Amino acid sequence: MYHVALRMLLGDRPKYIMLVSGLTFAALLMSQQCGVFFGLLSWTTSHMRNMRASIWVVDPKVEQINEVKPLRDTDVNRVRSVVGVAYAAPMYAGLMQARMADGGFKQVQIVGLDAATMVGRPGNILAGRLEDLRLPSSVMIDTDAVVKLSIGRSHPLKIGDVFEINDREARIIGICKGAKSWTGAPYIFTTYEQALRFAPPQRKMLSFVVAEPAQGLTAAQVARKIEKETGLKAFTEEEFFWSTIWWYFKNTGIPTSFGTTILLGLLVGIAVSGQTFYSFVLENTRHLAALKAMGASNGLLARMLLLQALTVGLIGYGLGIGLASLLGFIFLNKGQPPFFMPYQLPLATFGLIFLICIFAALLGIRRVAKLEAAIVFRG
Amino acid sequence: MDNPNLNLTPQLAVDVRNVTKTFGIGETKTVALKSVNFEARQGELLMVVGPSGCGKTTLLSVVAGTLNFEEGEIDVFGSSLHRLKPAQITEFRKRNIGFIFQQFNLIPTLNAVENVSVPLLIGGMARRAAEEKAAAIMKKVGLGEKIKARPYDLSGGQQQRVAIARALVHEPRLIICDEPTSALDSETGHCIMELLYEVARSPQCCVIIVTHDNRVFQYADRMTEMEDGRVRRVHENPARKNGSAASLLVPV
Ligand SMILES: Nc1ncnc2c1ncn2[C@@H]1O[C@H](COP(=O)(O)OP(=O)(O)OP(=O)(O)O)[C@@H](O)[C@H]1O
Ligand SMILES: [Mg+2]
Repeated sequence: MYHVALRMLLGDRPKYIMLVSGLTFAALLMSQQCGVFFGLLSWTTSHMRNMRASIWVVDPKVEQINEVKPLRDTDVNRVRSVVGVAYAAPMYAGLMQARMADGGFKQVQIVGLDAATMVGRPGNILAGRLEDLRLPSSVMIDTDAVVKLSIGRSHPLKIGDVFEINDREARIIGICKGAKSWTGAPYIFTTYEQALRFAPPQRKMLSFVVAEPAQGLTAAQVARKIEKETGLKAFTEEEFFWSTIWWYFKNTGIPTSFGTTILLGLLVGIAVSGQTFYSFVLENTRHLAALKAMGASNGLLARMLLLQALTVGLIGYGLGIGLASLLGFIFLNKGQPPFFMPYQLPLATFGLIFLICIFAALLGIRRVAKLEAAIVFRG
Repeated sequence: MDNPNLNLTPQLAVDVRNVTKTFGIGETKTVALKSVNFEARQGELLMVVGPSGCGKTTLLSVVAGTLNFEEGEIDVFGSSLHRLKPAQITEFRKRNIGFIFQQFNLIPTLNAVENVSVPLLIGGMARRAAEEKAAAIMKKVGLGEKIKARPYDLSGGQQQRVAIARALVHEPRLIICDEPTSALDSETGHCIMELLYEVARSPQCCVIIVTHDNRVFQYADRMTEMEDGRVRRVHENPARKNGSAASLLVPV
């Protein structure tokens, strides 16, 4: 009887298309918006992927990594003196203006690394040598900077080229690849001292103290110790990551706005498919009643309706996730908007579409269970 | 029974005793069957006639087990419907009853042979076997050529023949027909009745037809006249097959 169920479904083209498109739309909206949302959240923690360090020490008021409250220069030594810290180094992070060839300006993310240890060095160097950063005015730029700062030039920026950061000369000694930042500013690595030369002078310039735990100790243990002894705040990588994500959750409208869109997708899915499927069942009432008269049990009819609902669900889900992935692919190629689809996302979308279909089927099943077979005799 | 010819009581296919069926409650309450007694024998084609609203369809529905009733008892081929649970009644319909409706009720998205195979599929037969058997029975009703046709591409008479094939394919013993010829022209109606008449000739079976259509009365072995929720009269059909029964009964 199951092929009969499918034929009844496929035979009703308008309803079939309506059901599939409603579910496609729901799956697309939910997974695509979630993908952009996760992408955006992942952008907020791009520092942590571009500059790796086990322990991040910050001002006690700092809750997330994009918020910089400078420390005193002496804080580096205070952290170094904590027992259990293998080594600690200063790090600068700040936004500055880079001048392009056409005279325009672009905001860039300057990262100043401790010249001795290079803690927080870029993980994926495509060209050039990290050691060359120690040369005067040297910078290593990421591929995003190559694209954004080459505007107006006859050829893309390469090693040896020179441009200006805050009116000071910067010479490219290497190119690296990194995660995109929250602000959209490309990453430019240099030494801590050089970064301070680029930056407008301020009383306090130290953004972070990054540290590593001594052997045998965990990052968390050492972080707690640093906090106790210096009065500063110390995060492990993971703590800083979640603290940052959570901060954006609490302090921005982003989750609400995405949540609303995702909920909308869910509601549209439920409304369109529930309503369409129900009217499909209503329109087939005569046939379903005839099947019932001919001895089809409620169980058999329920299984037929479930099959119909899940069939459109599966097709809609496939199309929706396919489209979302395609869009995500285009986004990632273009560099924006952000997009990140962890494997849990398609699974969760599948779960929701499945629930929508079960709900739609149940509406129909309830109707069919109450159906009097005798109505087949009535005109 | 008011007919003296009925003294050699052949085996009963359907035995309805004092059945009452009410629709609605309060002001809208309608008593559709008022303590009805009714019999159909094995190997006969029985017609149920009477004015509109007298309860013919309701009687057919309770006999077929598609409608429950408050009072009385119904035995169909030895099964006591009044004692069966809903699931058992469904099972009973599946095995024993073939349905033919005025509006044919074929599923438009299935082709003819698929429509005919439906009762077999409901009975759990595999698709291929079911369609083979369905094709064979379609040949018998003269539609061997139209196996793949869609209901919409068939004439009314052809559709009703598909419906008859569907009603017979699982070899039920009781065939229930509500106005099978009213939507058809007279010639097509006669073809349909010939088919049903043939079915009723097998001694195990029974065909019950509700009709207003006096053009086909001649096919009845017996007639049951209903009026206002009651059986008023049952009689052998003197004009069987060759004569015209229309003179006997003119429906209102
Ligand atoms: N589902 C229902 N709900 C309420 N009343 C009903 C229902 N079915 C039938 N009736 C009523 O029961 C009575 C008998 O109806 P039934 O359909 O059995 O008559 P009928 O003899 O088949 O009429 P017709 O020749 O017009 O088909 C009518 O008064 C009808 O209005
Ligand atoms: Mg009727």
